[in-house]
Amino acid sequence: MNVDISEIQTFDHDVVVIGAGGAGLRAAIECSDQGLNTGMICKSLLGKAHTVMAEGGAAASLGHTDERDNWKVHFRDTMRGGKFLNQWRMAELHAQHAADRVRELEEWGAVFDRTSDGYINQRPFGGHRYPRLAHTGDRTGLEIIRTLQDYGIHQGIHVHQECTALKLLKDSGKISGVFGYWRDTGRFVLFRTKAVIMATGGAGKIWRVTSNSWEYTGDGIEMAYSAGAELIDMEFAQFHPTGMIWPLSVRGILVTEGVRGEGGVLLNSENERFMFNYTPDRFKEETADSPEEAQRWLDGDASARRPPELLTRDVVAKSIMKEVEAGRGSAHGGAYLDIASRRDGEYIKRKLPSMYHQFKELAEVDITKERMEVGPTLHYMMGGIAVDGDTQMTAVPGLFACGECTGGMHGANRLGGNSLSDLLVFGWLAGKGAKDYVSQLFRPLQIDPDHIEEARREAVGPLNQEGGENPYLLHEELQNIMNDVNIVRTADGLKRAIESLEELKPKLANIYAAGSSQYNPGWNQALSMRPMVMVAEAVARAALIREESRGAHTRLDFEGEREEWGNINIMICQNTDGSMDARKVGRNSPPDHLAKIAYSNLEDLEGGVHV
Amino acid sequence: MSKYTFQIWRGNSSSGEFVEYKTEVDDGMVVLDVLHRIQAQQAGDMALRWNCKAGKCGSCGMEVNGKPQLACMTRMNTYLEQDVITVQPLKTFPVIKDLVCDVSWNYDQNLNIKPFKPGLSDSDGRYRMSQEDVDRVQEFRKCIECYLCQDVCHVLRDHNRKDVFVGPRFMIRAAGLDMHPLDVEDRIPDIRDEFGSGYCNITRCCTDVCPENITITDNAIIPLKERVADRYYDPIIWLSNKVSGLFQNDSKI
Repeated sequence: MNVDISEIQTFDHDVVVIGAGGAGLRAAIECSDQGLNTGMICKSLLGKAHTVMAEGGAAASLGHTDERDNWKVHFRDTMRGGKFLNQWRMAELHAQHAADRVRELEEWGAVFDRTSDGYINQRPFGGHRYPRLAHTGDRTGLEIIRTLQDYGIHQGIHVHQECTALKLLKDSGKISGVFGYWRDTGRFVLFRTKAVIMATGGAGKIWRVTSNSWEYTGDGIEMAYSAGAELIDMEFAQFHPTGMIWPLSVRGILVTEGVRGEGGVLLNSENERFMFNYTPDRFKEETADSPEEAQRWLDGDASARRPPELLTRDVVAKSIMKEVEAGRGSAHGGAYLDIASRRDGEYIKRKLPSMYHQFKELAEVDITKERMEVGPTLHYMMGGIAVDGDTQMTAVPGLFACGECTGGMHGANRLGGNSLSDLLVFGWLAGKGAKDYVSQLFRPLQIDPDHIEEARREAVGPLNQEGGENPYLLHEELQNIMNDVNIVRTADGLKRAIESLEELKPKLANIYAAGSSQYNPGWNQALSMRPMVMVAEAVARAALIREESRGAHTRLDFEGEREEWGNINIMICQNTDGSMDARKVGRNSPPDHLAKIAYSNLEDLEGGVHV
Repeated sequence: MSKYTFQIWRGNSSSGEFVEYKTEVDDGMVVLDVLHRIQAQQAGDMALRWNCKAGKCGSCGMEVNGKPQLACMTRMNTYLEQDVITVQPLKTFPVIKDLVCDVSWNYDQNLNIKPFKPGLSDSDGRYRMSQEDVDRVQEFRKCIECYLCQDVCHVLRDHNRKDVFVGPRFMIRAAGLDMHPLDVEDRIPDIRDEFGSGYCNITRCCTDVCPENITITDNAIIPLKERVADRYYDPIIWLSNKVSGLFQNDSKI
């Protein structure tokens, strides 16, 4: 029996933005500014998205704390941090526009910390040559999302809160709608739209130890993939080196890189500042080789090089793991992070207030007096939906994407601070891209009732079962499988994971959620299993193909970067029979002007015109 | 590991009751961890809101043993094993289901506050503010919108005067705008007439429950009350306004 569309609550928009974190909000603001009737769907309440968790800052070459900085140095840092696997055009646009996007936030009411002459202050961060992160203490993400939210609600955006999107609908290949449900009532809802901007973030919940909340289940990546979009760089998942590790219940919660930016050092059980032993050759020239030099840098000596604690996240995370493996880990299997002996208590409370609060409340540790215990936690996915750099459009006409759910911008490893700037720049560009696309549509789009009925039937499945798999336990099973797709990987482990995922798939059809559809977390969990399993498979398959270690992807059986892999991205798409296709795709050679910047000496760039 | 007894409110907008759950509690757990454990093992459809689990998003506000708290920041070792711990939704807002309330009224209030309006920038297009001047505003901008202050406010909770008072959360929102060094909008008439600054009787309950330790009453509400008083009730300013009002009607102090 087919469902009668007229009985489903329906909204009409020119564009629907799925996700209301920084990327979604910035995209929606741009769409509305461009005159589009804009709808925005969010799974949680407005203003609760994971952007609030971003602590350190937004990277932009404002040049307020070091005049030598400019977009070219930012671009070069980003490419080097990404191990030259980034999409060149995206990294270029990002570095060029980040400063304007940050300044624009100030015009919308954001209150960043100030320099002594009153401009936006900038903080040093891993992989960034100069202090580059515009910040508000250690709650920059909250400042940004609240600014976008408070500005956005006056721009005529229609916000649909606590609404989960389930499926994209198409008319002859073009996006024509979104089907979803209200979490509070469980009722289904249909959005007729000419374009969709996916801004759903990552899929951290497929791993056990993660800084991500329940929302990060990869829905947007799965919806785009099922609609025909391609995914790129899925093997690269960033483990942030410093998550809380004790007590167990807080394991994974983020400890901002700002702690190290403000002078914090990593120590092993022998009290050794071990990061000096792990500086990769590529960064030796720019990294301090003694605690004395690192101290001079902290004191503001421009000739001193940066401390090794500020190496890129992949390097620091693996170094901590190696110390633990060598038996020099902290009491609960991580490393010690010490800011107490480096800065006075008042300074720490002022610059890192939420870290102070978080450790005090959750771990009963006073970070102005004691060391923290930290270890790697899954934080961010570099991989995601493949898009055109200029328009942010995917391979599906009318489907755009921005923010963490996309891939390509960050290559094999993202620099801290580059995600807040990423979401501003590409949210903005996605809005422009959607406007251009919608403007050239001339034929009304249709929605096929059969597609809605199919999605509806699949969604109510778990509620109509008499009994079956517990969605919470299935989620645990998935997280166990992903132990083989963790920070270090082997072919055997990855094959085992792929096999286990295949065995898990049939169970998804037999998930049972007790109770009604009204605000039912069990049912919500059941519906997020399919996206999570799909993303997990994509990560495992891509990781098995890439036979080298690069950035966030470490293969014990293929150590070190291999030159031939530097020219290859792994792309994933869905075959017509529903199976997953993962393949190697050669990279285009970079445009000359960008290659020149990426491989040039710093001295050549520092004289560049400040943009 | 020890076993604790919980009384959790289960129900919807029309009816509900406390239901007892017993569960194991591990070292270091917070109330939210326990609720998740109960959800996974005993009550799969128990509704609650949460996101960051680190006190940064303000989603998991609820009343634990009658006190408005963030479940993610309430450690289990503050209770004894023989205690019965009650968990219920915020009382000030209508229940949707179990521990989830309809907080949409709060979003409506925010919409009524005139947005940020910056003055002119420097000639180079940039804005300058000193850190000392933004410290005050940054305190208010720490707000994570958990609405615990709204929940505990007498005007809203006991007298249900949502028609006349926006509540502490939006007084600090207004204060954050009014004290923003770059902002040039005049919100004083709205603060008195629309947001109901006069209704706060300074019991400081909102300040007590704020998980971000924002001094809501003393640093935001009282200064706003003073600004209102200066504008409308200071006899000298009142007189000068009267006089200058003969010539112009849009004077801003």
